[in-house]
Amino acid sequence: MSLPDLTALWLTARLAFVTTLVLLVFGTPLAWWLAQTRSRFKPAIEAIIALPLVLPPTVLGFYLLIAMSPNAPFGEFWMAATGDTLSFSFTGLVIGSVIYSFPFMIQPLQSAFEGPVQQAMRTAASLRASRLDAFFSVALPMSVRGFVTATVLSFAHTLGEFGVVLMVGGNIPDRTRVASIEIYENVETLNYGDAHALSLILLIISFITLFCVFLFNKRFPAHVRL
Amino acid sequence: MATNFKTTLEKLEFDFEARSGYALNIVSGSTGKLYAQIIHGAPYDVFLAADQVRPERLVQNGAADSESRFTYAHGGLALWGPSRSEVTPDTLWEIDIARFALANPDLAPYGAASLQLLERYERVELLEPKFVYGESVGQTFAFIRTGNAELGFVAASQILALPEAHRGGYWLVPRQLHDPIAQDAVLLNRGVDNPVASAFLTYLRSDDAKEIIRESGYWNAYGDWVE
Repeated sequence: MSLPDLTALWLTARLAFVTTLVLLVFGTPLAWWLAQTRSRFKPAIEAIIALPLVLPPTVLGFYLLIAMSPNAPFGEFWMAATGDTLSFSFTGLVIGSVIYSFPFMIQPLQSAFEGPVQQAMRTAASLRASRLDAFFSVALPMSVRGFVTATVLSFAHTLGEFGVVLMVGGNIPDRTRVASIEIYENVETLNYGDAHALSLILLIISFITLFCVFLFNKRFPAHVRL
Repeated sequence: MATNFKTTLEKLEFDFEARSGYALNIVSGSTGKLYAQIIHGAPYDVFLAADQVRPERLVQNGAADSESRFTYAHGGLALWGPSRSEVTPDTLWEIDIARFALANPDLAPYGAASLQLLERYERVELLEPKFVYGESVGQTFAFIRTGNAELGFVAASQILALPEAHRGGYWLVPRQLHDPIAQDAVLLNRGVDNPVASAFLTYLRSDDAKEIIRESGYWNAYGDWVE
């Protein structure tokens, strides 16, 4: 297999890693809030979070392309701050991927935080544990399975991203030409050998990743009892 | 029919239907995808490709009538900067361009021609770090139209399809500066017995059709020039 293929694969791995990290940092508090809130806005927020599940990536890609343009306020701000366009950049792809994989992080975390975890939190509070202390020593260990599922699904889903990257990436080697784009290009140029090699690698990585989640889930109950 | 020809074909369709009374059913897509669909039995009668390779291959595969193949248009390339009032070859020497868009040279004939022109002007090395590649000339157009890339190469037909107020600055690249972007039409097996298909191909070769094609931003296959 030729070298550029591995470049694309390595870029894909970095994109998936950074995206998952960003999602963990922003997704955890949001999922926590959703799990315990009684706000009447909750259904609306849940619906917004689930949108990437049903919207075609072209819709998301199109809106991102417009929002990231230096002609739009956000893109203009970014251009002024960094001297580079947000579209066609790695950062731009991370933003796109975070939105695209959002439900894959939030939904498993939210269901992990609901029910028994909230009950345990109330018990911890009655024992005068601070909320932060209770979160880290009670809620977090109880939700291990949710975290594993959310992290792996977000990572795997970003590995398989195509439509959004195609629309805002610009196909720049080592910056935005991810594995799925490289495969697409190989197929379009009748370069089936490279397409096969790269597709097989992605297939194996995705299978192993998902296999590990299901193996892990089988060994851990939905909520770990302390 | 290849996507870059869509607005032009709509004009031709209107004219053809008014003259002949026949109605056309148009399917547009990238040449590569339509080719794959035809190979797999898609119900099309006539194929207007964006290149010569795919129609030729269809003939070789016995999926199209070899007699019918002809070049209906030569793609006109344009350097486009909608935010500028004027674009000339000198614009390629401006150093503050943030992003330069062109169609992927491996996928799109317009992209290959763009790269060829930049090589001729020895601008590839300096502009390459700013390159962003559209999957097709259609996507390249979208990159520039939305302002994500401020300058780049698109099809002249795309710019001319815009209202004049939105065109901004553009330079129609003289055809001798790059290999011709020859676009071939071919009669597919399914269309051999379809009178509308042959009538349309005959119409496509007529002077009236050629005039519409030329006005839309294509070099006429028989040597006429735009403007």
